[in-house]
Amino acid sequence: MSEPVIVAENLTRRFGDFTAVDAISLEVSGGEIFGFLGANGAGKTTAMRIFCGLLEPSSGRASVAGFDAMTEPEKIKNEIGYMSQKFSLYSKLTVKENIRFFAGVYGLSRKQAKEKTSEIVDQLGLANTADALVTDLPLGWKQRISFAVATVHEPKVVFLDEPTGGVDPIVRRQFWDMIYEAAERGITVFVTTHYMDEAEYCDRISIMVDGAIAAMGKPADLCKQYAVPTIEDVFISLARKATRHGD
Amino acid sequence: MQVLLYILQKEFLLIFRDKTILRLIFIMPLMQLLVIPLAADYEVKHIAIAVVDLDHSSTSQRLTHKVGSSSYFQIIATPHSYAEATKLAEEGKADIVLTIPPDFERDLETTGLTSLQLAADAVDGVRAGLGTSYALAMVRQFQAGMRSGATSADMSRAGPTIEVVSANLYNPHIDYPKFMVPGLLAILVTMVGAFLSALNIVQEKEAGTIEQINVTPIAKYQFILGKLIPFWLLGLLSITIGMLVGRVAFDLWPAGSLLTIYLFSAVYLIGVLGIGLFISTLTESQQQATLISFFFMMIFVLLSGLYTPIESMPNWAQTIAAFNPPSYFVEVVRGVYIKGSETRDLLPALLRLGGFALVFNLLAMWSYKKRSS
Amino acid sequence: MATETPGKTHSVGGLTMFLAFVSKEAKHVLRDRRSLFILLGLPIVMMTLFGFALSNEVKNTNFVVLDQVPDAETIALTDRLAESRYFTFVGRVESEDEITKFFRRGDARLAVVFPSNFDHDLHHVHHAQVLLLADDSDPNTAKTVTNYATAIIGQHQVEMANGQHRQGGIRVQTRMLYNPQLKSSYMFVPGVMTLLVMLLGAMMTSVSIVREKERGTMEILLVSPMHPLLLILGKAVPYMLLSLIDVVIILLLSYGVLDLPWGANIPLLMAESLLFILTTLALGLVISNGVEQQQTAMFISLVGLLMPALVFSGFMFPIENMPMPLQVLGNVVPTRWFYEIASKIMIKHVGFASVVKPTLILAGMTILFMLVAWRTFRQRL
Repeated sequence: MSEPVIVAENLTRRFGDFTAVDAISLEVSGGEIFGFLGANGAGKTTAMRIFCGLLEPSSGRASVAGFDAMTEPEKIKNEIGYMSQKFSLYSKLTVKENIRFFAGVYGLSRKQAKEKTSEIVDQLGLANTADALVTDLPLGWKQRISFAVATVHEPKVVFLDEPTGGVDPIVRRQFWDMIYEAAERGITVFVTTHYMDEAEYCDRISIMVDGAIAAMGKPADLCKQYAVPTIEDVFISLARKATRHGD
Repeated sequence: MQVLLYILQKEFLLIFRDKTILRLIFIMPLMQLLVIPLAADYEVKHIAIAVVDLDHSSTSQRLTHKVGSSSYFQIIATPHSYAEATKLAEEGKADIVLTIPPDFERDLETTGLTSLQLAADAVDGVRAGLGTSYALAMVRQFQAGMRSGATSADMSRAGPTIEVVSANLYNPHIDYPKFMVPGLLAILVTMVGAFLSALNIVQEKEAGTIEQINVTPIAKYQFILGKLIPFWLLGLLSITIGMLVGRVAFDLWPAGSLLTIYLFSAVYLIGVLGIGLFISTLTESQQQATLISFFFMMIFVLLSGLYTPIESMPNWAQTIAAFNPPSYFVEVVRGVYIKGSETRDLLPALLRLGGFALVFNLLAMWSYKKRSS
Repeated sequence: MATETPGKTHSVGGLTMFLAFVSKEAKHVLRDRRSLFILLGLPIVMMTLFGFALSNEVKNTNFVVLDQVPDAETIALTDRLAESRYFTFVGRVESEDEITKFFRRGDARLAVVFPSNFDHDLHHVHHAQVLLLADDSDPNTAKTVTNYATAIIGQHQVEMANGQHRQGGIRVQTRMLYNPQLKSSYMFVPGVMTLLVMLLGAMMTSVSIVREKERGTMEILLVSPMHPLLLILGKAVPYMLLSLIDVVIILLLSYGVLDLPWGANIPLLMAESLLFILTTLALGLVISNGVEQQQTAMFISLVGLLMPALVFSGFMFPIENMPMPLQVLGNVVPTRWFYEIASKIMIKHVGFASVVKPTLILAGMTILFMLVAWRTFRQRL
């Protein structure tokens, strides 16, 4: 097995009296698709924002791609891609312009950026809409473009925060095809989701309850361990114990 | 450098797609420079006077005529009672009521002593003060006219006289646009620059795009420069449009060098944009940013000396004005426009403006955090 | 009966729902401490600035003297000017060029020039000239400064004549109505009120409604069972209340700190303020119906409402001096009418009878804007 790309040891984040992330520890290896599950408000997004260098941890240790999340957040940023829950590309830029901008920001040369842009446009089958403002596109397309933008610089890790919220099963399937392709290219995928069928597509998953990791392992192993047929059942039996509820 | 170019390209694309910004750049100069200079005529003239003549004598009629012939006054009514005249003042129709009492003429002829009443609507203190002093001067002239007819020897007995002559240096016809336009240009640049930049970063916060930027390796200075440069150019464009409007509408052009105007505008704009960006990094919503900018703009503009001279402010307000960047810029633009001041004359202001620019941009850079703590 | 009861519960439910919505919006406004701080601080800051900092009176004006042949008389006159609280003596200059230098640097605003034959003329011809040169790049100040200097020189002259010249004849008694001590002027009080209500009622309301549109949350609200217009009103209610609070703060400051004379009909003023708050609200709705971006809403309010409010209300710029087309244009600006109402009630202490006309105009405008808001709103649905 290759070197761990994401490591967390007793990682904790408090907001005042509230402990959003409570001493979690995990290791994700290169090329792995890691599913990060949990009910609303369990602390998934907070943990992910720490890994991405968007939020300072309160205590514990975390490293991504060999860089410390506490002291070297800017170095991490060269090695990762991030797709937030909320669509966050520039809605008043076209598909092409968005891709070109982020490619440039990640240090691709003009020529590389151009090549990469047409490659993505082809790959997504967007030839006809490449010059449309992204604000006018359907949600499913926006999500696939966001993913393409998050991986435009071939990062070591890509963090996806509920990437398939609100779209139909066909689009979700297409999206997961993109995830598999990325994983095959060696990109580690760290993904949160609400859809339990998606959890089954992951190499390994963890389930967060009240800020702590309640269970972690291969989906099949977890089903065996809890003696239930699906991950959904594992999730429900764990989430029922939660004291915290999202809104 | 490459990264900065990509950021600039993005910012320009967004600006050119944003019709609001483009409209603002053109409409603000037009609105401000076409309307306010015409409105900002503070000269006290067309004073509406109501004369209550209770004497109906030839002297009182001559006095009324004398007042009416003055270019300062306009007799709007000759009511029959003081009460009627006060009603006019209450409605805002009369600024001054002159009451000539009965026996005005008789007293003057018999005792040589008589009286008149002046009542002014003092809601506008300056207008009332100047109005009454003009009226007093008229009465004195009237009296002198009467007296000179009688005893011309009075004059020499009155002692030596000093005649005061005043001359106008720069603005011979007391032309208000000439005074207001340069000041308004300064305010225009301030408002356009500060509001555009104050709304910008917070807009990205609301749209969520800032987060996508924050996970990239963009350096803070690159991000701030990427915001600063486009708005800096837009600010320079807006002052250019403003100057052209001034030229076309009022035939005004800097007496000094254009280069001086642009040099100071360039430095000043960096400071103003710094203030805007600083506000933008501190706020959570555009509404908040709007309100905070409005708050500071209000103070900045009022204390800038545009409408009222800084020298006549109390000490505490003068102290604030000393830290108020627009105060310096208003003075600079006026100086260059009206007096032809040169960069050399204005060096202290340049240093101060440079200082402001540095401080506010450092603050903006410091308060923009890619990672929340 | 069976058909009436559900209707009743529905309307009661609707009211409860509306109140719940208003309280949610109010909480939202209250939670934003910074904005709240500014909304309540603005009247205080503006009243302080207008009340104490901004005045047209000119004090401590720097002046230079060009005196080719100094003698007792010119020195006495210079001292006299320097001693007055209006002037500060900064130095003697040797040439007119030097005066221009002082003016260009902004180090002096007035130059007093004594001709070389001043002394001779004064004592032998009994008539001498002194030239006042003011930096008239600021014509108002220049005019005031020249007037002050002329007055001081005149006084000096009277004293020189040493009682020989007596002012007899006509004695003039002057009375200042409404503002006897000429305490700067109170005109700004209704002005600040007008401006702040406009800011809160139109700008804040429209920006907050457009914010919902921009974020796409408007759609969610529109599918709720409440009437969409009520939703919009619900967003406006907290700002209406804040406007009223600001009006009260302004009144408290006026009477408590600025010594505005008592006697205004406060209930009438509050009623008129409410009418004006409705006007601004209607304007805010018209704006928010027409735009999609918060930034646009803000700029339209700023350029289309606040600037005209400042220009045409009459407290910063005298309306009677404006060119005719501008004066006519000013009449369509609603703030102009509220300003007229408020200043008459607050400063001249008039009753309702004297403000019927502006009140009717304002009410008419309000109805018109409401109709426009209603129409544009329906078109959008």
